[in-house]
Amino acid sequence: MAEEIILLDLWASMLGMRVRVALAEKGLKYEYREQDLRDKSPLLLEMNPVHKKIPVLIHNGKPICESLIIVQYIDEVWYNKSPLLPSDPYKRAQARFWADYTDKLYELGRQLWLTKGEEQETAKKGFMECLKLLEGELGDKPYFGGENFGFLDVALVTFSCWFFAYESFGNFSVEAECPKLVAWSKRCMEKDSVSSSLEDPLKIHGFVIMMRKELGVE
Amino acid sequence: MADEIALLSTWPSMFGMRVRVALAEKGLKYEYREEDLRNKSPLLLLMNPVHKKIPVLIHNGKPISESMIIVEYIDEVWNHKSPLLPTDPFQRAQARFWADYVDKKLYDTAKKIIWSTKGEEQETGKKEFIECLKLLEGELGDDPYFGGENFGFVDVSLVTFSCWFHTFESYGNFSIETECPKLVAWTKRCLEKESVSSSLADPHKIHDFASGVRKRLGIE
Repeated sequence: MAEEIILLDLWASMLGMRVRVALAEKGLKYEYREQDLRDKSPLLLEMNPVHKKIPVLIHNGKPICESLIIVQYIDEVWYNKSPLLPSDPYKRAQARFWADYTDKLYELGRQLWLTKGEEQETAKKGFMECLKLLEGELGDKPYFGGENFGFLDVALVTFSCWFFAYESFGNFSVEAECPKLVAWSKRCMEKDSVSSSLEDPLKIHGFVIMMRKELGVE
Repeated sequence: MADEIALLSTWPSMFGMRVRVALAEKGLKYEYREEDLRNKSPLLLLMNPVHKKIPVLIHNGKPISESMIIVEYIDEVWNHKSPLLPTDPFQRAQARFWADYVDKKLYDTAKKIIWSTKGEEQETGKKEFIECLKLLEGELGDDPYFGGENFGFVDVSLVTFSCWFHTFESYGNFSIETECPKLVAWTKRCLEKESVSSSLADPHKIHDFASGVRKRLGIE
């Protein structure tokens, strides 16, 4: 029986992109359904009644929510290709720990483009500290997963298409602060699963401009 | 070679208790080290430099942090006894989802009940807290445990909050048993397990502890 895979997502969401990267890594075909979060579809509300958020993966009719939980699910079901989590329990715990840490970037990033003045400066400092810590964790490895692209790479790489927007509104340069991390993001972009899943940074920038207008940030 | 296991924690922490329950479920011996969070030990700062929080499990010298990540680690290493996560990937995803829900929603709403003065913030916290518990109660349904027939991952994530219930009720002025009788029945069922009863703190001691913290924070 053919697998039926549907992804409820928002094109600009770096969390949704994590799922797209994972599905591409496993070579899976799926139906992508763009969601309007200001007018949530009955399907979204039915499939994620608790949080009413994207992304939601629907596999043979059954929903899985929360991006990193979805990525782990994908890795476990389609375990025979491109494993994302390592097999050693300690390394798995470390990967989960750092992936959980990257979720901090989401909130700090939001504060970066949503706020001004002192609040924005605080968010910027926090954001850069997080990136530097992650850069330290990468070390001299090609990927966070070591020789191979892995779980933590998936968790973090999708933020890279948002860097231009963050830099623009936060007035700083990620490359100046974290050159190794930017080199890593370029290395990841050489992978088809990543380049085909991440959005154009200029489009993301346009999206943020629109959001700021809508939310009255000026 | 014998496993060397140490747990850095604080006695009232429901997060630290989760790790104790998991270690007890697996029948593991370990060294417990009580931490003073107002005067963090060099070991804690060395083992969890990122968050500087408890619990931290140190297994043969290597640290693991974040309570549910620790529980999953324990479940994977000692996989021959009392499995906490199911084997089916969809059920595992559901278990992780609900444990994440307990972390994201329950803890934050509970904080509003006990660490704020009477008023709107506390009332909102109470309402949200009860809503969360009711949702979890619905998820439990008629099963003996969240793990189905067996005590599992979600049970570990939530049961440790139960020794704090008396404190929430006392400061929030409500009865959890009235609102969520099935959930309270579930907590009593869990407490019949030695791994749980030996790991949870005494509710009255928790109340005294919270009372002390509130005095220190000037909440009345």
